[in-house]
Amino acid sequence: MINLEIPKKFGALVNQAHQAAAEIFRPNSRKYDIAEHEYPKELDIFAALLDGMNSSGEGGAGAGSVRRTEKSNQVRNGANMSIVLGAIELCWGDVGFLLSMPRQGLGNAAIASVANEEQLARFGKLWASMAITEPDTGSDSANIKTTAIKDGDDYIINGEKIFVTAGERSDAVVVWATLDKSLGRAAIKSFVVEKGTPGMEVVRLENKLGIRASDTAVIQFTDCRVPAANLLGDPDISQGFAGVMQTFDNTRPLVAAMAIGLARAALEETAKLLAEAGVEVDYDKPANQQHAAAATYLGLEADWEAANLLTLKAAWMADNSKPNSLEASEAKAKAGRVVTELTLKCVELCGSIGYSEHTLLEKWARDSKILDIFEGTQQIQQLIVARRLLGKSSGELK
Amino acid sequence: MVDRHKRDAMGIALAVLNRIAGARLVRRFGLEKPIERGIFHATRTGFRTLGAATRSFKAVSTIGKPARLPSAPERGLFDLTPDEDQQMIRDTVAEFAAEQLRPAAAEADTACKAPAELLGTAAELGLTVLGVPEDLGGAGSERSTVSGALIAEALAHGDMGLAVACLAPSAVSNALVLWGDGDQQGTYLPAFVGENVPAAALAILEPRPLFDPFELKTVARRTPEGYRLEGVKSLVPRAAEAELFVVAAALDGSPALFIVESTDVQIEAEPAMGLRAAAMGRLVLDNVTVARTALLGGGSKDVYADCVRLSRLGWCALAVGTAQAVLDYVIPYVNERVAFGEPVSHRQSVAFKVADIGIELDGMRLVTYRAASRAEQGLPFAREVGLARKLCADKGMVIGSDGVQLLGGHGFVKEHPVERWYRDLRAVGLMEGAVLL
Repeated sequence: MINLEIPKKFGALVNQAHQAAAEIFRPNSRKYDIAEHEYPKELDIFAALLDGMNSSGEGGAGAGSVRRTEKSNQVRNGANMSIVLGAIELCWGDVGFLLSMPRQGLGNAAIASVANEEQLARFGKLWASMAITEPDTGSDSANIKTTAIKDGDDYIINGEKIFVTAGERSDAVVVWATLDKSLGRAAIKSFVVEKGTPGMEVVRLENKLGIRASDTAVIQFTDCRVPAANLLGDPDISQGFAGVMQTFDNTRPLVAAMAIGLARAALEETAKLLAEAGVEVDYDKPANQQHAAAATYLGLEADWEAANLLTLKAAWMADNSKPNSLEASEAKAKAGRVVTELTLKCVELCGSIGYSEHTLLEKWARDSKILDIFEGTQQIQQLIVARRLLGKSSGELK
Repeated sequence: MVDRHKRDAMGIALAVLNRIAGARLVRRFGLEKPIERGIFHATRTGFRTLGAATRSFKAVSTIGKPARLPSAPERGLFDLTPDEDQQMIRDTVAEFAAEQLRPAAAEADTACKAPAELLGTAAELGLTVLGVPEDLGGAGSERSTVSGALIAEALAHGDMGLAVACLAPSAVSNALVLWGDGDQQGTYLPAFVGENVPAAALAILEPRPLFDPFELKTVARRTPEGYRLEGVKSLVPRAAEAELFVVAAALDGSPALFIVESTDVQIEAEPAMGLRAAAMGRLVLDNVTVARTALLGGGSKDVYADCVRLSRLGWCALAVGTAQAVLDYVIPYVNERVAFGEPVSHRQSVAFKVADIGIELDGMRLVTYRAASRAEQGLPFAREVGLARKLCADKGMVIGSDGVQLLGGHGFVKEHPVERWYRDLRAVGLMEGAVLL
């Protein structure tokens, strides 16, 4: 039965997340944008609340909820849908805060996606960040140089990771490393490294354009010894890259959801300011018969609606055990470019009110850019979508 | 600037020649009708004729209360799976579109006319019957705007112009189901569920820049017997052969819908950039009188607004189908076309355009489905239609343009259908009326 409305059963979750976003995130949003690198202690209270939400009933709002469910003949709206809905609401409040939510890191999504039951029990309660990017390796993640060499019952990790979101504040880091560089992408595995493990050190925090409430760390691994049982998923090299890449099918809709929430915040603020300026948007009147600002707004909202539904579709597919690599990338590509264009256009429409720090519009226009970059840039998403649609390998379509 | 042209002797001679040449246009544009009703005078695009001879619509049954389809029940879950009936209808229509519409499209585009047998098959498929309640001889048990969208999409994948021609009668029957009173339904709907479905059309658009369907220049004036209509309607599908119209006209300053039989209207061929297979024409209402019973939906503003929205929704679904046709066509082309020693699809500049078509198309589809599913569940859907229209008009046109671009010079010539889809997709942002889900 084709229906694209959000089921009523998510009402309580959405409402809770929205209340938190409105009462905790928004009031502190500017404060930690200015005080970059300061720990937003207000989040601790809410994180405890969220733990409660996650352990109650079906699904949760946290990154750790993205684990795939068993196949069933009944249509399901489950954990992937609820995490997307939760993220939308929270990012309506503040994206930087969502990324700084204890126990809700992208590393948690990785653990949820590929960990075995034993690992899930051991790491499921940790706050885990994700370390993939290196100084010389960005989108070409198959090319990473960080090594993990087997030594008895341990692996020894060496290398440098950059752009680790929540890298300083998290309890553990999920790090991608290669078991054997000569074997290419198949030899890439992910490891959980807990904080305090000798040889892992946070060496620097970045100063950024946006999401300044979230810490972005450079982490150095020097002969860092990790138990072999911390390797996530299958240690067999033949079961390689696809395993770690599966994380992205689950996290890309999540990042798209962040973009949806942030973009909705900008749309709502802009609609309010335009109304104060005497410009109301009419959904029936032809766009070309309306004020140019209203016509522009209609276009932005239409793009937002498309991005929103693409995101929900990707989550719905995950909940129903349908392969969704294509749809996850479509959602991420669309949401990433929409949020950037949309927030920048909202600043333009609102003039000095939008550009100055009187409102959060300028901040949102800075925060948005990262959403078209991390978890795979716009260009990487286009590449993935193109390869899928055209039936091309990564060797053919580079 | 507009009137700078002053006609000289040469100009007069050319104008006469043009009239003579125009006589051939009458046949080309399919204005000949079973009963020759005479030609009035030349117009810029052809000739003005009288509307088709109308069968006599008589109240077959007086059912008193109108039969309406109840709203579909509110759904519990977010779901993108068509139900079994929808799947079957969509597959059937898709097969019809692939086997009959697509092969006939180029010729129909040139001829500005859809083949009669093809329209007959479309009627046999039950495109109008599905939306008519069982009480009135149809097959509908509840509102199914989504099914309507799926059908329009599947037809437009074959050809948008032919799809519009096939769907034109259902715009009128759907309007009668949604807003007709018992007498109106009893008089007109039986013909739409019979064997010989009449050509019919919903006429809203008027010929002027920045047309707004809520600010009509076509007016209805009250007379002792009913109403007198005056004005011009533009791009009305199958205008010359249509026996019945639903016409939008301002009554006391407020837009309303009127049922108009074709007898007293005048028709001008109005071939356009695209959608030519829909045999579009202008409807000239020169003091056409209709009875008091011709007013549809009691002249309600809400009824009219819903009519405009459900029509726009139809155009969105058509855009989705044609955009999908573009994507399906360019993928094998860019994979097979070799330049610089490898398929052009190995270049990101080409491949990313294909990716963007895929991404925007899927967005268009979901936004359209959402609006349709809200409409059938009886939820407000004005916002969703407004957004769907904006999205499908903008992205649909980009897809149409990229479809030609990806084929390069080959896209510009008529050996490939992409140039036709380019012309057709331009219509989505400006059309009002003609289809109605």
